[in-house]
Amino acid sequence: MRDIAIVAYHQSRAVADAGACNEVEMIMPVLNEVYGQVGINNAQDVDFVCSGSCDYMQGAAFAFVAGVDALGAVPPIKESHVEMDAAWALYESILKIRMGSAESALIYGFGKSSPGELPIVLSQQLDPYYLAPQWIDTVSLAAMQARLLLEQGVITERDMAAVVSRSRRNARQNPNAQLAGDISVDDVLAEETYLSPLRRVDCCPVSDGAAAMIICTEDKAREWGVPYALIRGIDHRIETHHIGMRDLTDSASTRLAAERAGVGDGPVDVAELYAPFSHQELILARALGLGEQTDINPSGGVLAGNLMMASGLARVGEVFNRIVAGEAQRGVAHATSGPCLQHNLVTVVEKA
Amino acid sequence: MADQQDTITGIDVPVYLKYNFTAGAGPARFLSQVKNGKLTGQRCPRCQQVYIPPRGSCAACGVATEEELVLPDKATVQSFTIVSIPIPNNPIKPPYIIANLVLDGANISFIHLMSECVNEDVRIGQRVQAVWKPEEEWDYSMDNIRYFKPLDEPDVPVAQIGKLPVSGWEGMSDA
Repeated sequence: MRDIAIVAYHQSRAVADAGACNEVEMIMPVLNEVYGQVGINNAQDVDFVCSGSCDYMQGAAFAFVAGVDALGAVPPIKESHVEMDAAWALYESILKIRMGSAESALIYGFGKSSPGELPIVLSQQLDPYYLAPQWIDTVSLAAMQARLLLEQGVITERDMAAVVSRSRRNARQNPNAQLAGDISVDDVLAEETYLSPLRRVDCCPVSDGAAAMIICTEDKAREWGVPYALIRGIDHRIETHHIGMRDLTDSASTRLAAERAGVGDGPVDVAELYAPFSHQELILARALGLGEQTDINPSGGVLAGNLMMASGLARVGEVFNRIVAGEAQRGVAHATSGPCLQHNLVTVVEKA
Repeated sequence: MADQQDTITGIDVPVYLKYNFTAGAGPARFLSQVKNGKLTGQRCPRCQQVYIPPRGSCAACGVATEEELVLPDKATVQSFTIVSIPIPNNPIKPPYIIANLVLDGANISFIHLMSECVNEDVRIGQRVQAVWKPEEEWDYSMDNIRYFKPLDEPDVPVAQIGKLPVSGWEGMSDA
């Protein structure tokens, strides 16, 4: 099977409110950045384009089509979209290249979460007969999950606070982070609970922004003459939409995806995990079998800034950045979708 | 307990979500000028096409449209339809005309109403001009224009529609 190279990645700075900017205006600068990294003009210079976004965030049907206005799609291009995080657009693009239908692909994800009330908007992704009519928001569901973990003694509030403290500290080195700083474990524990047992700092912020990536065959990467990293494995698995039928203290789908992606086939120097809530990072690290030797979320992760519909792609991008910078040989990126880590995608990226 | 259950054919699950919609930086500049009664197009730096209303990018080239130019309120009919059925909640009584219009100096059409015309005489290439609401009613909306009405000018050949200069058609047709 052909190895696939990541050759370019960029994300916009995560901000609480992108102001007057519309989605196209958020996407264009990010695309220009990745075009510049490989020395191409626009989407005409790749074989395939795939995006990830969610119309519910804009509150307009077919809103994702407006994103195409950022591409320069005249003459017509081969283009596709997933109503999911752009990590799944990466997955589709990899299939496209593996099938031999393309040599290169541009992937982008975008989300302007600030116009709506994100946790409520996301409640509408739940099963439409029982859960969505109850308007159960994502934070409440995550709080129930955290409660289970605490009551069963799987984790402690101190473990959760340690995740938050490390995220904020790591984010100080990340110019794209929305939340960064020094906050000790005791500082976190001293904060009031928000949706018990979660504190506000246990929850990712609501952010606006976009991310883009270019992938291609190894031959094409050599032709472009740019540094690259190789995608060695990728797999995604989903659990039932019946929350009550799932073991929320574990992530069976992540564990399975990790096995199929080959996470355990070598040491993991760095891992970027899409954990919108602190306790979920602990679940994920366990499901992925990560130990002391792995640097988890050196970017600060999504607790430092969550580009809804682009954060999963951004996790892959962060691992790519560290590998081409020579800081890591092999890394794992994780993306999630749905309530309480329902759907999970795992990517293994290695030094070329 | 009854052996036979009624068949459930549907349930009502209304969805209400509120958003603070933003048009975008480019469209906002356009809307600010519309409030002043000015129609401002934006030009693509790459292909030179002029967009009105602008959306923030040239959809053909994928680049931001920064350069602005004020356009006249004269336009050409690119296409049209006669609406003969009542549309729920629409105050306009049928039959009426919805037209795809291209302003002079612009290359992309927008949709607006036509009135003060004989519906059966409306045709592609016909010249029209905006009829504005009174100034005190102007807002951030294309609704500031009530409708477009026919102009007494020669028709524009199909191949020329969307390619007229800002100076309009009369000068060109005389030449």
